Amino acid sequence: MMDAVAPASDARPDLAAIAADASGERAVGRPSVYVYEAPVRICHWVNAFSIIVLMVTGYLIGTPLPTVAGEASDNFVMGYIRFAHFAAGQVLAVFFLTRILWAFVGNHHSRQIFYIPVHRKQFWNEVLHEIRWYAFLEREPKMHVGHNPLAQTAMVTGFTLFVAFMIVTGFALYSEGQGIDSWQHKLFGWVFAIWPNSQDVHTWHHLGMWALVVFVMVHIYAAIREDIMSRQSIISSMISGERQFRD
Amino acid sequence: MGAATETFYSVIRRQGITRRSFHKFCSLTATSLGLGPLAASRIANALETKPRVPVIWMHGLECTCCSESFIRSAHPLVKDAVLSMISLDYDDTIMAAAGHQAEAILEETRAKHKGQYILAVEGNPPLNEGGMFCIDGGKPFVEKLKMMAEDAMAIIAWGACASWGCVQAAKPNPTQATPIDKVITNKPIIKVPGCPPIAEVMTGVVTFIITFGKLPELDRQGRPKMFYSQRIHDKCYRRPHFDAGQFVEEWDDEAARKGYCLYKMGCKGPTTYNACSTVRWNGGVSFPIQSGHGCIGCSEDGFWDKGSFYDRLTNIKQFGIEKNADQIGMVAAGAVGAAVAAHAAVTAVKRLATKREDADHNS
Repeated sequence: MMDAVAPASDARPDLAAIAADASGERAVGRPSVYVYEAPVRICHWVNAFSIIVLMVTGYLIGTPLPTVAGEASDNFVMGYIRFAHFAAGQVLAVFFLTRILWAFVGNHHSRQIFYIPVHRKQFWNEVLHEIRWYAFLEREPKMHVGHNPLAQTAMVTGFTLFVAFMIVTGFALYSEGQGIDSWQHKLFGWVFAIWPNSQDVHTWHHLGMWALVVFVMVHIYAAIREDIMSRQSIISSMISGERQFRD
Repeated sequence: MGAATETFYSVIRRQGITRRSFHKFCSLTATSLGLGPLAASRIANALETKPRVPVIWMHGLECTCCSESFIRSAHPLVKDAVLSMISLDYDDTIMAAAGHQAEAILEETRAKHKGQYILAVEGNPPLNEGGMFCIDGGKPFVEKLKMMAEDAMAIIAWGACASWGCVQAAKPNPTQATPIDKVITNKPIIKVPGCPPIAEVMTGVVTFIITFGKLPELDRQGRPKMFYSQRIHDKCYRRPHFDAGQFVEEWDDEAARKGYCLYKMGCKGPTTYNACSTVRWNGGVSFPIQSGHGCIGCSEDGFWDKGSFYDRLTNIKQFGIEKNADQIGMVAAGAVGAAVAAHAAVTAVKRLATKREDADHNS
């Protein structure tokens, strides 16, 4: 959040002060801020890994591999694929839940992906600035300690909401196999009140997967690009937790 | 039909069983159930006084496949269900009475068995044009349905028509065919979907109500749990081939001959709740998958509007052309991928240009 830490635009004079002289020589001590706490980083990578497993296995459930030869009792291809999907799905659910809980106890950056400060004009101005930056209309990027406002908007809508949707529909579909007396059905059976035919739930679950594929593509591209273009660490920040500013 | 209320005892006597045998049966039942000495006379009393449940069976927009299925029930035989268990007071398709005589039975049952009778509805009422698309006995079926539902104990919605709407409700649904639960909202409704439902499921539901004097436990969508709580897929005898990853890829391939899983051929077993894979059809002889064809999901809501019966992934029509989720997803991912690549290229060019500019500026 920009108001808790120095707003990006205000951060620049400070950085300039500790940065080197006008000739462009680099400062000796790079300014860095601790942004992503350990649970946030662990959740990030566990979720990332789970989502990749879920996408691959999920696709193979919808479009299975070619038929295997031999007796049915000698093979368990679809069984293993489905097991991997269900296991990864439950890992994702647990770590997503952990991530939500951490938002209550962690630093303010840990809360960023769960809300959009829609009421703040400043926020939308910053979003506009970021859009102009991506549209090559701004020459200089602004620096942000956490997510930039556009990234925050993308994280909330493209990641948090979609993953929540996938977890809910995923557990609803899983409950079909577990039976209507299972806790999964008691908790998530209401999905079938919205779509009485589970064929529709399958289709939506599928579309949700592709929405996440698109998110992952944009997410990785934006991370690499900002790492280079905005002269601040993005990728290594999710490993070390620290954001370095290279100016 | 429609005469004085018939008890189980009178039916038993009518079938040629003596009063002596009747009492023997009551004693034997009480003894075999381990009940006390008084139980025999109480069982006899119940059978002598308990009236058979009157059933009114009505037909709206439908194809009568539910009736066709029902009359083929093997366990129990439909004759036992119709002649001994229930008192089928009215069924315009198979009853002997016709015309005004037949219609008079409705009024009579309504007056005499107020709140006691079961209303079994096959088909559904079309609501468009004031219900004029289905005229029954000179008036719109929807009026007849509402009239008889008013004093019914409960309603059984036979088949996909009464439960979900079925093919006559397919888009754009010109007659506005509407499932029963959207028209009658103040009575308990048991949905027995299927096109048609399995005969034994139909008689099973009736038998349950008669035997226990209450409605069966229903699931979230109003279907009896005992027949509709599991998917075809869960109890399919071809399930081991699914788990093994052995699928029919073409209708005439080796896998089809070997009886592999029909998942890739668009079998709707994994999304269809029904008892076909356990109860089966025609007295347990077979069911669609056993005959080599995938399940079409006929007991599911909207099965008629979900694209081909032979597609694994459902076509989505909202995009103008028919595409499934994977095709749409790949197009979206491809477009975003291209956009990302283009953006990256522009970024690189811009960066080089800026660097040169800076270099020129600094030199």
